[in-house]
Amino acid sequence: MKEIGELLLPEDVRYAEDHEWAKKTDQGVRIGISDYAQDQLGDIVFVELPQVGDAFAKGDEFGTVESVKAVSELYMPLGGKVIAINTALEDAPEKVNTAPYAEGWMIEIEPEDPAQMDTLMDKETYLNMLKGSAP
Amino acid sequence: MRYLPHTDAEIAEMLQAVGANSLKELFASIPESCCTLNQLDLPEPLTEWELDRHMQALAGAMAVSPEYKVFLGAGSYEHHIPAAASYVLSRGEFVTAYTPYQPEVSQGTLQAIYEYQSLVTRLLGMDVANASMYDGASALAEALLMAIRMTRREKVAVSAAVHPLYRKVVETYFAPTGYEVVELPFSENGRTDLSGTGDMGELAAVAVQSPNFFGCVEDLAAAAAAAHQDEKTLFIVGFSEPLAYGLYNSPGSQGADIACGEGQSFGIPRSYGGPGLGMFAAKQKCLRQMPGRLIGKTTDANGRRGFVLTLATREQHIRREKATSNICSNQGLCATSAAVYMAALGGTGIRQLARLNYDKSEYLKSSLKAAGVSIPFSSATFNEFVADFGEGFDAAWQALLEKKIVAGLPLARFYPEMKGRYLLCATETHAKEDLDALIKEVSS
Amino acid sequence: MKETVGTNGLIFNEPLLWEKGVSGRTGFSMPRRDVDAAPVDETLTGEGPDFPDLSEVDLVRHYVRLSQWNFSVDNGMYPLGSCTMKYNPKTNERQASLPGIAGAHPLLPESLCQGTLQLMHELSGYLCRITGMDAVSLQPAAGAHGELTGMLIIYAYHAAQGRTRSKILIPDTAHGTNPASASLCGFASIPVASNEKGILDPSVVADLMDEDTAGIMVTNPNTLGLFEENITEVAKVVHEKGGLVYCDGANMNALMGQVNMADSGVDVLHLNLHKTFSTPHGGGGPGAGPVCVAKALEPFLPVPRVVEENGRYAFSWDHPQSVGKLHAFWGNFGILVRAYSYIRSMGGEYLKKASQLAVLNANYIKERLKDTYHLPYDRPCMHECVFTDRHQQAHKVSTLDIAKRLMEYGFHPPTVYFPLVVSGALMIEPTETECKADLDRFIDAMKAIDAEAKENPDLLHEAPKIPKVRRLDEVTAARKPCLRD
Repeated sequence: MKEIGELLLPEDVRYAEDHEWAKKTDQGVRIGISDYAQDQLGDIVFVELPQVGDAFAKGDEFGTVESVKAVSELYMPLGGKVIAINTALEDAPEKVNTAPYAEGWMIEIEPEDPAQMDTLMDKETYLNMLKGSAP
Repeated sequence: MRYLPHTDAEIAEMLQAVGANSLKELFASIPESCCTLNQLDLPEPLTEWELDRHMQALAGAMAVSPEYKVFLGAGSYEHHIPAAASYVLSRGEFVTAYTPYQPEVSQGTLQAIYEYQSLVTRLLGMDVANASMYDGASALAEALLMAIRMTRREKVAVSAAVHPLYRKVVETYFAPTGYEVVELPFSENGRTDLSGTGDMGELAAVAVQSPNFFGCVEDLAAAAAAAHQDEKTLFIVGFSEPLAYGLYNSPGSQGADIACGEGQSFGIPRSYGGPGLGMFAAKQKCLRQMPGRLIGKTTDANGRRGFVLTLATREQHIRREKATSNICSNQGLCATSAAVYMAALGGTGIRQLARLNYDKSEYLKSSLKAAGVSIPFSSATFNEFVADFGEGFDAAWQALLEKKIVAGLPLARFYPEMKGRYLLCATETHAKEDLDALIKEVSS
Repeated sequence: MKETVGTNGLIFNEPLLWEKGVSGRTGFSMPRRDVDAAPVDETLTGEGPDFPDLSEVDLVRHYVRLSQWNFSVDNGMYPLGSCTMKYNPKTNERQASLPGIAGAHPLLPESLCQGTLQLMHELSGYLCRITGMDAVSLQPAAGAHGELTGMLIIYAYHAAQGRTRSKILIPDTAHGTNPASASLCGFASIPVASNEKGILDPSVVADLMDEDTAGIMVTNPNTLGLFEENITEVAKVVHEKGGLVYCDGANMNALMGQVNMADSGVDVLHLNLHKTFSTPHGGGGPGAGPVCVAKALEPFLPVPRVVEENGRYAFSWDHPQSVGKLHAFWGNFGILVRAYSYIRSMGGEYLKKASQLAVLNANYIKERLKDTYHLPYDRPCMHECVFTDRHQQAHKVSTLDIAKRLMEYGFHPPTVYFPLVVSGALMIEPTETECKADLDRFIDAMKAIDAEAKENPDLLHEAPKIPKVRRLDEVTAARKPCLRD
């Protein structure tokens, strides 16, 4: 497992308490899980994603991510309708481990309220949250 | 007592090591209010030899072949079990091994069950099979619940020609759920009538059994077509006699999405109805919703082939309240038994044995017909069929018990409209003379 | 050099069945054909399955070789917590294979199966007397099946009172089957935290218990190996709001002849015959999970019941409030025979002794290992004890590494990473059939591994090397499942 100082935490994404990240794109908002989350989970073997067209509110469960011995629910950092899913994860779930913010993205949504992005944490705040909960 | 190795001296030593003065003291944390059992009121222990005599007496009060000629099927079938099969299955390393959670020291169990999974998919024409469920009844219940999860619909249609005791188990599993089971009637020819499925609303699944409880082989292709008229509905084919697939088309080849049933015929003694074997197989699309254990092939740190339990995130020990089922212990040794049996028979042997079963049963059927007995269902059967001896036959049936013949299963207890009808089974274990004796008795 | 229990030896590679089969071989003596071939409907017939053809020699060697790759109780000790891997008596196998039992059809008319009916009736009585409960169903085919039956009984009980309740309380130490079984009956599982002593606190239960809670599922002793000392108060709290107490009896091996489960407040409980009652594990089953109930719940038991009148035994089906049927026939009868045979061999006195010695063995291990491994609950335990890898983590050695190295010493690893409330748990249940000398060897092995953790941790990271295979790639097995050939 990585030390906190080793974690990849890009500046240009916002972070949720449950370790999902959200990033504005041309079409809407892309969502995935942070480097901390993938490191904690270990080798990811399966990602269960919703279907294009499904709509969720902020905080709703939109899918799950599995390692060999554990399953974690994925929660919407902000509400919206799914406009794209990363189908590459079907055959290569390990992309979430190797590139959690790039090829390991999970879903792209049309946000119902773009202002919800502001309720998410920036890198510094997220980092402090991680430090605070470290043993 | 030979299972308790401690000597008094060892007990004293160990008590000292744990700081207790007596065995009784070890239970000091238990409140007095619960400790009202000082003595278990059970019979005195028997020596091994007394136990042998006692059990022989109990076993002696049972009607079994060769003394009795028992023509019963209905979900439990008499088949020969090779001595070689019993021998390997008595190996303590199979019998007394635990669930293979530590794969490095469980490769025997893991490869044996992987082979079982593969043989079952080949038998049933499906993509994936699990490591077993309890029996054909619970397998059917779990298949229906799986279809409900996959389709998110709340209604299933189940044929009235499915084994009545399986349907009762389905009813029990469904009782607290609010899901609905609609019954599909059967026709005069003994097969399920699926003409009404189009009017039943959104079905999660349509389930038939083939051969069904009356021994009749269903028209699976037509049933699949009827079920799949709604492209979301799953087609489930149950069975209680898998040997039939040594002769007849597999469920998978005819469009089944899930095939599940009882595997007792494959090398497992009837043993008064249990333990049996819930065989469960499905198409690839169903994989992640499947209940039960799955064994997968992989490699070890040296690149050597090995086997492990896999996709465990579906199961209760990881997924807990969201698991695909609550199943933990399954019928592991029975699945191994079935694999050994299928391996002993081989591809050539299973075709021959299936054909022999069919021919024995057809001989009985045609001889009874020739003797004037009515055979109400015209559909093809495998190794059991329904004969109509007339409503007054019950006294004769009872009298035949005195002659040590069990002339089939009276159907009236399950289908009240079928007084006088009996389900007769003839397998490779029934010699022609015994069939002839039965024919003589019932046609007089 | 001191010899360890585990050693290396010659075992054999063995391919998959279809890798060695040759078309045309036969391993089965085809019965003599004494009837003619009858015409068959060709539109229904198929190709037959693609099974390999093997000779009897192939068959026997295949399975004997495979068997030699397995660890089993007949080989050595399995200190798996909450599994009760006690010795499986061989006379049980002899009784189960008697032709009158093995060859019995389940639908024989009652006059022709008095032997099996008598056995079921007597076994039901024994299980009642062992647990202190009033009535039994032998039908469930496994512990989880028994749990489902218990949940259905609880659901039916409330329904009979004209109400539906939506929740079940489940302690955080519970086995995964507990919430899974509750879900099958539509109950939401509400977790109950254990206190700092590792047991349930009645006030915590009281805070959660309400009139929408159907009951609580406890395990006693719990999975930390501790007796739930507050069980009667907890039961009272639940009963006062009209709920029922379900007990997962997986750990009954600690309590035979000690505790009357009914008096502790339990309304319904299941037993695991393949744990407490010595029937073998078979590589994953079959087991049996009989359900015992208090008088008030008797009407809800599955049908059929076994009844006796004037020495004649029969099935009784007329129970309108019964939850129904869980098994196609009467349960895993062959397993019931083995448990019956065990109980008749042990009698009350030796069953009680078995529980006492099971508890002695576990406490002995606990005392002798607590200076080497971290013991989160340093108090007298029941038949199992829980350690963690906290001390060894300082050397970057985990519970997993300890488990993998222990195999090479000739012991099956204990239960690992369960219960979930303890990080890196090692749950050890020796059972009463392990002698002191073997316990001492196990303790020595665990101490040796601790020493290796300090001096040579890589040895542990790379373990095991002696068995048929080394650590397996479970990640690829899950990413790219290959479940058949």
